[in-house]
Amino acid sequence: MEKLLEEFSLGLFVWQSLLFIGLLLLLGKFAWKPILSAVEERENTIKDALSSAEKAKEEMQAVQADNKRILQEARAEKEALLADAKKTATDMVNQAKDNAQAEAEKIMQQAQEAIQAEKEEALKELKTQVADLSLDIAKKVLEEELTDQKKQTALVEKLLKASKI
Amino acid sequence: MKNSYARRFFKAASLGLILFFSIIPLQASPTSKSVTEEDKGSSKKEEIKAYIKHHLQDSYDFSLFSYTSADGKHHYVGIPLPVILWDEGLQIFSSSKLHHGDAVAQVGQNYYKLYHGKIYKTDAAGTIQYDADHHPTNTKPFDLSITKGVVSMIATCLLMFFLFRSLAQSYSKNRGIPTGVGRFFEPIVLYIRDDIARPNIGEKHYQKYMGFLLTVFFFIWFLNIFGLTPLGINVTGNIAVTFGLALLTFLITNLTGTKDYWLHIFDPLGNSMPWIAKAPLYVILIPIEVLGIFIKPFSLLIRLYANMQAGHIVLMSLIGLMFIFKNWIGSPLSFGLAFAISLIEVLVALLQAYIFTMLSALYFGFASEEHEH
Repeated sequence: MEKLLEEFSLGLFVWQSLLFIGLLLLLGKFAWKPILSAVEERENTIKDALSSAEKAKEEMQAVQADNKRILQEARAEKEALLADAKKTATDMVNQAKDNAQAEAEKIMQQAQEAIQAEKEEALKELKTQVADLSLDIAKKVLEEELTDQKKQTALVEKLLKASKI
Repeated sequence: MKNSYARRFFKAASLGLILFFSIIPLQASPTSKSVTEEDKGSSKKEEIKAYIKHHLQDSYDFSLFSYTSADGKHHYVGIPLPVILWDEGLQIFSSSKLHHGDAVAQVGQNYYKLYHGKIYKTDAAGTIQYDADHHPTNTKPFDLSITKGVVSMIATCLLMFFLFRSLAQSYSKNRGIPTGVGRFFEPIVLYIRDDIARPNIGEKHYQKYMGFLLTVFFFIWFLNIFGLTPLGINVTGNIAVTFGLALLTFLITNLTGTKDYWLHIFDPLGNSMPWIAKAPLYVILIPIEVLGIFIKPFSLLIRLYANMQAGHIVLMSLIGLMFIFKNWIGSPLSFGLAFAISLIEVLVALLQAYIFTMLSALYFGFASEEHEH
């Protein structure tokens, strides 16, 4: 202990204290403060960057999920639309078919009616003609009968052949 | 702009300091201490012992080496440093006047003599009076000399200032990324922050102690490392220096002490038992706690001093052994040992700086603790 006290130099202690406190203040102001704040700033930047990356990732995932959902919705909608269109198309075709059928039937009916009418007209005419013919034949038969039996029969046949209905 | 001025100023100042030392010629001062035959006979051991003792002490000049010429004179090669004394006024003179204790320095009307590493005021003949225990009784003027230790500290301070200033500036220049030597020092700064200050002091208070912890760590580490260079500096192995460092730890600890810190010292048991039971215990406990306030920093100063001192003694003794053995087996062996010890000393240099910083942080942690008893 005595040796330690003897070794102790007050001058060196004074210089050491002055220099060290001076160094402490100077470094504190010009070195440690900017260094620590720069490091802290950098750490905060990194932390922020990491958290924003994380956030971006989450957002990305949300967007992707959204996209998927929208796609699915679109697909469903498309399918619905397609089904709808198909249905409409079939409906339209069916309608058209029905219409056509109805029209056709109508036309057919009209045609038949026309035919019927025509037929009736024809029959009427035929009847009159047949009547006329019959009368004619009868007149001629009567005229022929008067001459020859054989000739009368041949005449009738000949007349019948000629007046082919 | 302001920064660049400060930079220029410090550059100029350091340049001036370098010039100051380089202008002064390396003085090889022959002294008349002749080595007599019986001195030679008293063996090399004494010489080595004296040399080590001399090395461990601070000195008034920055001596690089010394040798004994053929005519028996000691020659010292080194740079003389200014001696500053307070003796009825400021006395400033070059340490070359002291002639390493061989001559009396005359400064104005006063005479000074270097005796066993200390400056005493003497008469013109340089007589030293002794008391019964062979201690000098001459007056010792208050000594503020720029000694070897002070020069080493100034150099360390300048080095640290430029080093960490450039590190600080590299952040703003390089967008927060250090360049050059800062890449080596930044992790150490971060280590001190994250592994010494934060866990020991706590997240809330650590910032106000960072400046001291960083400065003290690098100051001790650099000086320890310089102590291992052949320049033969032994600053951190000097009790006055370690005392100054530990005193600051002591002052910071106790000046920033919270209410809880003082409560812990003067009322360590808290409300765990009634005062009547505490009173007899406190007769013992409080003195122990109060003593602890002083013992903690005292252990710091002794630990650093003793470790560095011991390292230097061991290293120099091993080097000295080479000259005692002077043969083909012993000398290489002691060289190998000295080399190994040097490597260990490099580790010790870092370790002691770490321990000092670590324990300081621990004490600051005690001082700033806040909790319910």
